[in-house]
Amino acid sequence: MLEVSGITQIFGGVTALNAVSFSIRKGDITGVIGPNGAGKTTLFNIITGIYTQTAGTVSLEGKDVTGLTPDKLARRAMVRTFQNIELFGAMTVLENVMVGMHTKSSSGLLACALKMPWSIAEERRIRAGALKWLEFTGILDLAEQTAGSLPFGKGRLLEIARALAVEPRIILMDEPAAGLNSQETLGLATLITRIRDLDITVVLVEHDMELVMDICDRIVVLNLGTKLAEGTPREIQESPEVIAAYLGDDD
Amino acid sequence: MKRDLFLFIGFAFLILLAPQLFSGGYLMNVLVFVGINTMLSIALNLLLGYAGQISLGHAGFFGLGAYLSGILSTSYGVDPWLAMPLAATVVGLMAFFIGFPILKLKGHYLAMATLGLGIIIYIVFNETVELTGGPSGLSGIPNLKIAGITFDSDVKNYYLIWTATLMVMLFSLNLAGSRVGRALRAVHDSEVAAQVLGVNSRILKVQIFALSAIISSLAGSLYAHTMTFISPASFGFNFSIELLTMVVIGGLGSIYGSFLGAALLTLLPEFLRGANDYDIIIYGGLLMAMVMYMPGGLVRGIPALFRRLVTTKKGEAGHA
Repeated sequence: MLEVSGITQIFGGVTALNAVSFSIRKGDITGVIGPNGAGKTTLFNIITGIYTQTAGTVSLEGKDVTGLTPDKLARRAMVRTFQNIELFGAMTVLENVMVGMHTKSSSGLLACALKMPWSIAEERRIRAGALKWLEFTGILDLAEQTAGSLPFGKGRLLEIARALAVEPRIILMDEPAAGLNSQETLGLATLITRIRDLDITVVLVEHDMELVMDICDRIVVLNLGTKLAEGTPREIQESPEVIAAYLGDDD
Repeated sequence: MKRDLFLFIGFAFLILLAPQLFSGGYLMNVLVFVGINTMLSIALNLLLGYAGQISLGHAGFFGLGAYLSGILSTSYGVDPWLAMPLAATVVGLMAFFIGFPILKLKGHYLAMATLGLGIIIYIVFNETVELTGGPSGLSGIPNLKIAGITFDSDVKNYYLIWTATLMVMLFSLNLAGSRVGRALRAVHDSEVAAQVLGVNSRILKVQIFALSAIISSLAGSLYAHTMTFISPASFGFNFSIELLTMVVIGGLGSIYGSFLGAALLTLLPEFLRGANDYDIIIYGGLLMAMVMYMPGGLVRGIPALFRRLVTTKKGEAGHA
């Protein structure tokens, strides 16, 4: 589904990522973990086209997508969420998700401004689609609220609903459990497995080990910009390198 | 959706009725300016209030529309009805090509770049004397004619300008409520999130910049053909700032707000004329007070004020 090979990122002499390679299987929930400063978010930013890497390639569904901008990647059914949720704060919850339908609609500036019949029909379709995703994430009752006024946990759900409206085949989530209480984290775990059940491949960067070990099929461990280990949750828990990196070495 | 349509129809009805209620050529003339300024504020608001991109050079696009249409019809005998869309096309294309490099800039840098653009255009108006008449202006611009009617009186001009203004308003209201309008507001709130959802923000910003320039150009052409005389002084940096003030005072991201801002800033100096030398001070003071107490602009501030008055009344009644 997604393959990264030899990703290297150098920020002004500091090597943030050093020749990181791994591949993500279709239909899996894959966790990317690692101590702070391991380069997880940098890696996400490269995969999703926000940063341009110093070296290395990214391929999506067998096609090279290295250097494509985020909007082009969205059209290839890859979408992401952010660690400190990036909502459109001045817009309503429903409108936020309607923006997610952007790639699934096509009326141009003039057609919209002149209210052409097809643009009116499309607007109806966008609204219906957006409502469906609000229902899926369980925040339909908040549809008319301003996104900026939502509590953090609901904002997270909205960001996910909005990303799902793109109808992705792969979704990358940057610390989806950050800032959530234990109740909300449980709900999130269920939501992520339900997303996987829609045939959407899920990749998450996460610090909440319990969540990662519970729901992930595979885990990639990064440390100091290099890949330390890769495997099932069980393999990772038993890997001596991973234990050393997390708990500190004896020597 | 229905409510929005009724609001617009009601508004249009009042606007078209106004000449029957008020008489007097001078007031009609001022209201013509309110219409032109409304079109310009809407143009700038689409860019600033919706897409979140500032321009301090919009007087330049307004001026280009006025001069291009004016020169084509006066010196080259082109029919004004043809000269106006020609001017708008040229200005739109120019904005489109300048937009690509310029809109990569953000915040203060974009403000400086558009400021520079406006100043360059202003200098061109002054210096290309053979074409524009230079600082002394271009006169004898023909009026618009349709089916034997020449738009040469204040009342006729009122209907001409406000028909155009209402069309610009309806066009912009539709746009604002559409997928394109939502994408613009999304870019405003978080450009990176909009991109991740598939919005090509770079093209979108350039498109809206060009559209904004086209509307400004049309307003400029209409201005030239109703006033029949234009000079560079109307298209300087000051006017760009005045437009910005109209948009902010009226309400960012609101089409009706742009009308309120344009109406207030056009009418206020007329009302204050009686205050002689103090008019500038009162004008400045009022603007400051409005920005402080109505940060959302008139369009949000006035309803809020009403609500507060109503609740205070109710509270008093409860005590009695």
